[in-house]
Amino acid sequence: MVTFQFVPYHEIEELGSARRVKKLIDIVKQNKIALLQGRLKKEEETDLIAIAMEEIKGKFKGIELAVINPEEKTLSGIKKLKSNFFSMMLGDRQGLTIIGPASIVKQIKKDPTKIELLTKEGKR
Amino acid sequence: MINLVKGFISKVLNSLFKKKKDIKLGLYGPPNGGKTTLANRICKDWLGEDMGSVSNIAHETREIQIKEQISIKSKGKELTFNLVDTPGIATKIDYEDFVKAGMKEKQAKQRAKEATKGVIDAIKWLDEMDAVIIVLDSTKDPYTQVNLTIVGNLQARNIPVLIVANKADLKKADVKKVQSAYPQYSVIGISAKYGNDMDRFYEGLFAIAG
Repeated sequence: MVTFQFVPYHEIEELGSARRVKKLIDIVKQNKIALLQGRLKKEEETDLIAIAMEEIKGKFKGIELAVINPEEKTLSGIKKLKSNFFSMMLGDRQGLTIIGPASIVKQIKKDPTKIELLTKEGKR
Repeated sequence: MINLVKGFISKVLNSLFKKKKDIKLGLYGPPNGGKTTLANRICKDWLGEDMGSVSNIAHETREIQIKEQISIKSKGKELTFNLVDTPGIATKIDYEDFVKAGMKEKQAKQRAKEATKGVIDAIKWLDEMDAVIIVLDSTKDPYTQVNLTIVGNLQARNIPVLIVANKADLKKADVKKVQSAYPQYSVIGISAKYGNDMDRFYEGLFAIAG
């Protein structure tokens, strides 16, 4: 069985970068797949990878990460400026960030209309 | 707050007084894209020597390698830089993958441990770079999250980027796919192993760091 934990953006909104990353890593280390509403800052994404590396020990082998923002590529001109402005004011609430433990999630395939999450059968 | 102000002042002073010979040029990308093969090619072309060892098993480079004072010339211009070859960035490392590749368990565990440290070091060094060459394997999917994260980070840090679609000599290579994945950047298809299209690569290097 695979467990997903939804993390609404307001739960990380007030947190500093280090605590945001820690919150997500803690979920993943419980063998759950974190579904974050929106996305982390670019620097936080690399922090997440670095922290995941630091945490590798025993059964924890790292993470699988996918950031999905279907509107990102389709917006242009004023709409893009508007979207960037709202992201700056309200945070990156658009899209979805999926983070799973590498011992469970083999690969996350992204497609404009679907997300495929390939799991490792019987490897936990 | 004081640290932020100090950092800002130091960055401004550095950018004002930095000499071109101090340019740090980083090689970044996922494991097995050919970063060290490209570093070796650059060093062979301009210094007549190799920089590091290469292997088909991922995470061969597990420490930051620096070759100082490489001077290259193209179309009457000269560029001097310190080349920084970094370990491949990955989100997961499992020693069992190295065992499957033929290593003994103890050796594989040690390699995995060093590889995780290498990824952390590569990320820490991002801030030190003046320009970055992202080395991607053109036979593989260019849209992986690791690639997108590296590109996004460099963009957020305003670091000039040149993307290399390496292994262009292979049948499966799709340089156009890499170009369409990152249309905002200059993408050059090369074969670091055989030295194909290196002239275009050096011209691209002048464009971002010259």
